[in-house]
Amino acid sequence: MSVADIVSGVLVVGGSALALTAAIGIVRFPDTLSRMHSATKPQVLGLLLVLAGAAVRLRGNVDVGIIVLCGMFTLITAPVVAQRVGQLAYREQVVRDNLLTIDELCEDARGEKR
Amino acid sequence: MNVVWVIAAVMLAAAAGITMFRMLAGPSTLDRLVALDTLIAVAMCAVGTWAAYSLDSTVVYGIAALSLISFVGSVSVTRFRVPDTRDRGEGERL
Repeated sequence: MSVADIVSGVLVVGGSALALTAAIGIVRFPDTLSRMHSATKPQVLGLLLVLAGAAVRLRGNVDVGIIVLCGMFTLITAPVVAQRVGQLAYREQVVRDNLLTIDELCEDARGEKR
Repeated sequence: MNVVWVIAAVMLAAAAGITMFRMLAGPSTLDRLVALDTLIAVAMCAVGTWAAYSLDSTVVYGIAALSLISFVGSVSVTRFRVPDTRDRGEGERL
């Protein structure tokens, strides 16, 4: 058991812990936007941690490049999906209005304060 | 060292199970979509954990496939889905 294996284990367990906290948040949070906030953790940071752990453990393998590529795919595609889902959730009023402290999208759209 | 992988596997399995509850119970389609995205991310984490545990890099291509397919699926759902009829009484806001 080398130092690299320990680093890999710590990274993988950290990513898994983020996935677990995100799952708890998805069940506990009240509306779609806060659930999206919670869902971002395993999608980006948790997955990157797990992939970094896998890359450390698979060091020297030819497939480490694919692991780096997966991390880049995740970083590129996650904001697109989050923007689409957030806009749709706002538009269909799944958002609870009393949970918003400031609603800048409405001010921008109508040119008035709510 | 085996303890580490068992801990990671148990946490990922618990995360998948809890997320499954939201995907089945979620009041609107968007909640289910968010839960499905999370479930796919957890599955990708699980595949990565398996690759790190078994030192077998053939499954790594599955992570790339999952990330791209989940992106296409989520964008398609947000683009083409039929809106829910719940909470539409006050009309659309934008």
